Amino acid sequence: MTTDIMQIIQDQEVQQIESDLVGQETGSQYLSFVVGDEEFSVSILKVQEIRAWEEPTYLPNSPAYVKGVLNLRGTIVPVMDLRKRFHFKQYRYDTTTVIIILKNQYEDKDCLMGCVVDGVSDVFNLDESTICDVPEYGCDIDSDFTSGIMTVDDHAVTLLNLDNLLNLDLIDHPYSGTGARNV
Amino acid sequence: MEIDLSQFHQVFFEESFEGLDVMEQELLNLEEDSDLENVNTIFRAAHSIKGGSATFNFKDVADFTHVMETLLDEMREGSRPVTREIIDLLLKSVDCLRGMLNKIQDDEPVGEAHCELINSFNLLLSGEAIVETEVNTAAEQAVETQPIAADTTEDLHHYWNIQFIPQSHILETGNEPVRMFRELKGMGVLESTVDVSKVPDFDELVPESCFLSWRLRLDADTEYDTIKEVFEWVEDECELTIDNAEEPEVKKQDVKKQEVEKQGPITESEISVDTVISDKEVTAVETDDIEVSGAEKTTGDSSSDKMESTNAIVSISGAVSNKTSDVAKEKSQKLATETQNSSQAKVKSTAVNEEKKNQKKATSTASIRVGIDKVDTLIDLVGELVITQSMLSELGDNFTMAKLNQLVSGLSELEQNTRELQESVMRIRMLPIGFVFNRLPRMVRDLSSQLGKKVHLAIKGESTELDKTVMEQIGDPLTHLVRNALDHGLESTEQRIAAGKSEEGTVTLNAFHQGGNIVIEVSDNGGGIDPDVIYDKAVEKGMIQQGEELVKEQILGLIMEPGFSTAAVVSDVSGRGVGMDVVKRNINNLGGSVEIESNLGKGTTFTIRLPLTLAILDGQLIRVANEVYVLPLVSIIESIPLSMVEISKIAGDMKVYKLHNEYVPIIDLREEFVIQRGGGANSEGLLAIVEGENRKIALKIDDLMGQQQVVIKSLDSHYKSIQGVSGATILGDGRVSLILDIVGLAKRAAIRANHRREKVA
Repeated sequence: MTTDIMQIIQDQEVQQIESDLVGQETGSQYLSFVVGDEEFSVSILKVQEIRAWEEPTYLPNSPAYVKGVLNLRGTIVPVMDLRKRFHFKQYRYDTTTVIIILKNQYEDKDCLMGCVVDGVSDVFNLDESTICDVPEYGCDIDSDFTSGIMTVDDHAVTLLNLDNLLNLDLIDHPYSGTGARNV
Repeated sequence: MEIDLSQFHQVFFEESFEGLDVMEQELLNLEEDSDLENVNTIFRAAHSIKGGSATFNFKDVADFTHVMETLLDEMREGSRPVTREIIDLLLKSVDCLRGMLNKIQDDEPVGEAHCELINSFNLLLSGEAIVETEVNTAAEQAVETQPIAADTTEDLHHYWNIQFIPQSHILETGNEPVRMFRELKGMGVLESTVDVSKVPDFDELVPESCFLSWRLRLDADTEYDTIKEVFEWVEDECELTIDNAEEPEVKKQDVKKQEVEKQGPITESEISVDTVISDKEVTAVETDDIEVSGAEKTTGDSSSDKMESTNAIVSISGAVSNKTSDVAKEKSQKLATETQNSSQAKVKSTAVNEEKKNQKKATSTASIRVGIDKVDTLIDLVGELVITQSMLSELGDNFTMAKLNQLVSGLSELEQNTRELQESVMRIRMLPIGFVFNRLPRMVRDLSSQLGKKVHLAIKGESTELDKTVMEQIGDPLTHLVRNALDHGLESTEQRIAAGKSEEGTVTLNAFHQGGNIVIEVSDNGGGIDPDVIYDKAVEKGMIQQGEELVKEQILGLIMEPGFSTAAVVSDVSGRGVGMDVVKRNINNLGGSVEIESNLGKGTTFTIRLPLTLAILDGQLIRVANEVYVLPLVSIIESIPLSMVEISKIAGDMKVYKLHNEYVPIIDLREEFVIQRGGGANSEGLLAIVEGENRKIALKIDDLMGQQQVVIKSLDSHYKSIQGVSGATILGDGRVSLILDIVGLAKRAAIRANHRREKVA
């Protein structure tokens, strides 16, 4: 019950923020969230909803960052832990931990995926032309997963490339025998 | 034009295929007893296909159905007796139409297959010398390609003055004057003048109404009745006068010149119509007109000019019926591009076609027709649900313990509503099995004449409902069983008479519900299956050992094993022995079973048992560590406490369990799924012996929990399928539980064993 109420409140918050911002500024809207101690963002249009953390059903023979599957009002949605996917060392599940349900096109159909993050931080407007390229340094996060860096209130926010991040072909194939669960 | 209509194509195809099915069915009924009502039904179906195809510009189909309709019309009036020959021809036409429509759907050229049939129709009809047919098929082409040719038959010439003043609502009834004119044009040379005086100001213009009227001058060797027939459908909705006019002074100088003249007034009227709509647009329309005529010139065909100008009227009258003049502009532009396209290189058009085809494939989705009563029930239930919901939310706003009883009753009401809603939603997917049965009579008819056997097909219980997905997959196995019954089951007529049976064999299809299953019976009153013959054959094929003792059911079951066929001669109907095992496998894949019962000399009955739906499964919940999984109840053979079984190790590391006289490999689910949570191995666990596709495995689990029906949800709608897991379901507490796939698990275990062996080596 509490998780449901939390979710309703959070959904309302997002809607509130959204409606507050609509029409005030130019550019596209983005949702930023915290993973580890870094901030990331996705286009708000890709966000279906935000849910409080709940333990998903374990999915055997999947990569370690796939936490399992979730019941989203009758639809079975996989959940992936972005902290594990991005090789962050520390992760815990507490009251601010949320699952952002993102939707993306995969093979001509809408595909939903839950992403576990440490917390949602903000919704902001940004002119797309101000997004910089990601410098080609050796970083922990696969450069395929990022598509740019944006500056919000003088700090850097990484824009995620959902086409790659949510691409099911880039998730380890579940048939790959014994080595499937590479923790 | 076509681009605008293409969104309705799918509907047209669906309806046409349905119409063809109806025609086929009624034609078969007609054979047995020629009722006027049957002919009427066929006629109606043919007529709507004709109308539809003409609307969508599928000229070949429209022409073909038109000839068909002419014949049907005669049958309807009783002037032509119903013969087997005619029914054969009509059935062939139905097949041909189906082929044509399929090709059109795939954007392929329709080919020439139907021309031969048109000729057969004409041959049949020519006995009566029906003018209309000639005019509309052969003569039409002649007129179009070479207008002068029509003039040479001077003696028959008539000039008709037709005044056509439609009532304003004519467009609402789906009648399109342009089409009628086109038909008239097919009879000879047509001049038309549009009267736009009644078109009101733009402000008062009603887009759906027709304010135009026409004066037509037809130069053709037709009869009064033929012309009148063109207007048959609109007779009551227009003022129509058809006069036989004197020969005009400008008698056949040059037909081409006439045409050029004729184009003048039409173009004028186009512009004037547009002027009424919006003065500002006139210039735009004018330029478009030039574009159109420019495009016409490139085609360089005088007869197609005529066509194009008629098309131009189409776009204009379309504009009147549509609200804005923009549409007119758009349409004439489209028309221009269309014409240009046609003159462009073929390569491009094929490329475009390819693209269109791909698009179509992507967009066409399966659809079902649902009875309105089912939808009404749903609406009622949703209404109830909304009421209960608002009652509960009101209760929640200011809840006191005094209202606890209300809450409890409200919740139980909610539960009931939800369950009913679920049931009726499930029912929407259910369709009567008649959809599958109905395609069999035709096959039986063709096959029986091919085999030279007299067969009567009896169908019972065609209104029994089952899930659409099950139905789609049961069609082929059922067809196969019926073919088999005809080919192998029923004896030849001579044998039947010799055996003292009636000359005509009977194949019976029956469907009914039994428990949670649907049962389909395919039975024949033929010779039955001789178990001894089967036994010998199986020994010969090395499927069983000589002397092996089998009960009758087991022997009969052998005919569904791969590679078994008893037919002495392999016919193209059946006998290759590839059928029955496929039938069995298909039905097993659906979670069903087949039984054979046969009495020598009396007949054979195949009984197919299928689950009503693929969306619901009887599941056994099991616990492994802290995870709950679902096993299909049908796959479980038995379960034994671990403490009571003796586990032997063979081949190094493989654990097996001896069940009766076979060894069953043991799979520890905790190991297999690498479940880390929930503590270490439990020695108090159970072994569940499960079977899938004739392969048994023993699953080591921690506990058996309840049994319940679960709704199957696919994993790969948002993720990928996982070997060993066939899907997921949602349990009562809202949590997701995975449904185990026995076959997949067995395969996975084999792969893992191989890996281990490689590692050791």
